[in-house]
Amino acid sequence: MEVLSLLADGFATSLSPFNLFIVIIGVTAGLFIGAMPGLGSVNGVAIVLPLTFIVPPSSAIILLAAIYYGAMYGGAVSSILLGIPGASTAVATTFDGRPMAQKGQAGLALIAAAVASFVGGTISVVLFTLFAAPLADIALSFGPAEEFALVLLAFTTFVGLGGDDSLKTIIMICLGLALSTVGLDLISGQPRLIFGDMPGFYSGISFLVLAIGTYGLGEILYTIETSKTAPKVTNARITFAELGAGLKRMNSLWKTMSLGSFLGFFVGMLPAAGATPAALMSYGIAKQTSKTSDTFGKGNIEGVAAPETANNAASTGSLLPMLTLGIPGSPTTALLLGGMVMWGLVPGPMLFIEQPDFVWGLISSLYTANFAAVAVNIALIPVFVWALRMPFTVLCALVVVLCIVGGFAPSQKMHDVWLIFAFGVGGYLLRKADYPLAPLVLALVLGPLMEKSFRQTLIAEQGNILAFVERPLSATFIGLAILFFVMPFVVAFITGAKERLHVPSKRPKIN
Amino acid sequence: MYNKLTKKIAVAAISTAALLAGAAQAVAGDWKPQKPVELVIMAGQGGGADRIARLFQSIIQKENLSNMPILPVNKGGGSGAEALRYLKDKEGDAHVIMATLNSYYTTPLRTDIGVDIEEFTPLARMAMDTFVLWVNADSDIQTLDDYVAAVKAAGGSWKMGGTGTGQEDSLVTAMLEKEFGIQHTYVPFKGGGTVAKNLVGNHINATVNNPAEQMGFWQAGKVRPIVAFTPERLAVFPDVPTARELGHDIVYWMQRSFVAPKDMPADAVAYYTDMLEQLGATPEWQEYASGKALVADMLTGDALQNYFLNERSKHAEILASIE
Repeated sequence: MEVLSLLADGFATSLSPFNLFIVIIGVTAGLFIGAMPGLGSVNGVAIVLPLTFIVPPSSAIILLAAIYYGAMYGGAVSSILLGIPGASTAVATTFDGRPMAQKGQAGLALIAAAVASFVGGTISVVLFTLFAAPLADIALSFGPAEEFALVLLAFTTFVGLGGDDSLKTIIMICLGLALSTVGLDLISGQPRLIFGDMPGFYSGISFLVLAIGTYGLGEILYTIETSKTAPKVTNARITFAELGAGLKRMNSLWKTMSLGSFLGFFVGMLPAAGATPAALMSYGIAKQTSKTSDTFGKGNIEGVAAPETANNAASTGSLLPMLTLGIPGSPTTALLLGGMVMWGLVPGPMLFIEQPDFVWGLISSLYTANFAAVAVNIALIPVFVWALRMPFTVLCALVVVLCIVGGFAPSQKMHDVWLIFAFGVGGYLLRKADYPLAPLVLALVLGPLMEKSFRQTLIAEQGNILAFVERPLSATFIGLAILFFVMPFVVAFITGAKERLHVPSKRPKIN
Repeated sequence: MYNKLTKKIAVAAISTAALLAGAAQAVAGDWKPQKPVELVIMAGQGGGADRIARLFQSIIQKENLSNMPILPVNKGGGSGAEALRYLKDKEGDAHVIMATLNSYYTTPLRTDIGVDIEEFTPLARMAMDTFVLWVNADSDIQTLDDYVAAVKAAGGSWKMGGTGTGQEDSLVTAMLEKEFGIQHTYVPFKGGGTVAKNLVGNHINATVNNPAEQMGFWQAGKVRPIVAFTPERLAVFPDVPTARELGHDIVYWMQRSFVAPKDMPADAVAYYTDMLEQLGATPEWQEYASGKALVADMLTGDALQNYFLNERSKHAEILASIE
């Protein structure tokens, strides 16, 4: 096969001692950058980009790809340990990762995240290797109508059953959608909901700010209240036996992980989406299809594995439109694209033909980066877990500081820090009232994408709303969305009917 | 956090580079930056404007044109309103410069953000980006006449893709509509790259993207240039006529310039102007500009300020004719 011989040539480049050294350095640096709240792969790549002139382009892209990959692994670390998403892509990992850590399963959660990242990364790189060219055509067939249908599908997976109150979930989605309309409207160019004339709201509300506020700060407030005088210190120790048991446990999650990998790769490939929506969608679908969906949000290992496979798979997926079409799928790939232009390469349909050494060197380095990342990550888990053993009084202050730094760093606006405090208090109150926070974050991530693609379709089709079901791809997604939305009610109805037959006195529990 | 880290690494990189070069380079006047220089970008990360600003930054660092690191900061909120407000607050600061695009004049014209661009200090115009009308290569349209006929036949449902309403692409579209008495359905997207993808995927019928945004697809034979909105034919597309030679006077540019806050000290202005002139002469920049059909037409000082004010009044007219 031609692909395999090209890949072998690529490995000849990426397995040179110098490039291997670069991969390990890059992965380790990326891991720590990803683990720092506020610093993500975007920052890592941006910081290192100017330094890449001193090495040849193939080594430079390998270094950047290694940082990119390492950061994807690292994002999960602070999501799990501190409840603050280490990177925007790891927002969904906090949903179950943090509760696991509170139950004393921090080590297991970290292993799950590392293994899931590895599986997601590997499956997606294989997909990339085999199908790069035909998949690029699929990315092209995605217009605004298809984007809308896909986002709708993501929402319905969250509304369905699984422990939370459906009505409360819908309320939180609506609140998130309302927050997502803040800022400058793309279509008309007018500012919306800027609360008088506050310049800070012009660029909208970042979902990272919301996630840090509600999950990071809100969580601390909640913990302080619930544990009043003597906050419980998490039982945070990990032994080799536990490490082995954790790896075994992952074996049973192959279904969640393979689903997450395919979904993540596919969503990451679409230029408008990226790794954050991919992780959230994967979480929603895992919850829908899981046998233990009622424990999602309360520390279910599947809830960690699903988003982590998807965000790594998506990070590979988003390289695809960048290399084949010259269109970045995420902010980080946009920077990589900038780097390639600086090195004199022209990303786009001709790159595979004109620069095969570069392309295949990069692809093969994704394999090596993946192996290096999982090894470095698992080796460091005891260190990460050890950090949890500090007294709550210290940890609490540390988390608050990290929340503020993490919120300020990406935009460098005090405005976002004030928002974090507001969301922290708001999130704490919502949590006390038992409202789920995950749908709120989901709606803020997907809301802008959904609104934009909906309006673009309507504009382009002269207001014909049937346009969404007249196109085969979008019709399929909408059909699936309806199925997901209705299924829980049907299931509830059937089980309810059964229960009425057998235990007439017991009221059926809907959802 | 981010800034500090960037600073440290950048300082380290620059000092290493300086050591390697062995000699500091000559600079006009005595003034030199005392600390890292902030480069404000009027757009978000990853777009065309961001890419070109970061290219400038990387060439400055690679060629050691500044003795202090240049730190890019994106302030893309509100079509550049955020950046303009930021620059206004930096009055007299000698360590802030800003990379501009046409929203430098259109944004203050469209929304009242309390900024008068006349107060800012012009440094240098590096280039003017060009606009070309593109269709999918599968389409039957070969000439401007074909295009106008097709749009008329579509009866207003012809889908023209572009960036946000009120931004450059929509202005060029409006000019086309006025000139030919045609109607488009203008579909706004987030950036030129997304527009390009939607054209190739046949989700829109045409676009007026910059050549840089369309180059990859053009080389792969997926899109076709119909007409250029420049005074003369572009060197990279020698067979593509200009609208002007076809008898329709539509010319539009996207300027890529650098400006500084109000009352920047004169020595500092001289320093940056000199730095940018050296930047304009580097082979890397020349090569990029010609490959992407940019017109590297340098302009500095009062001439640049006159250009800005002239463009602002032109844009006021165009905007008035649309809204």
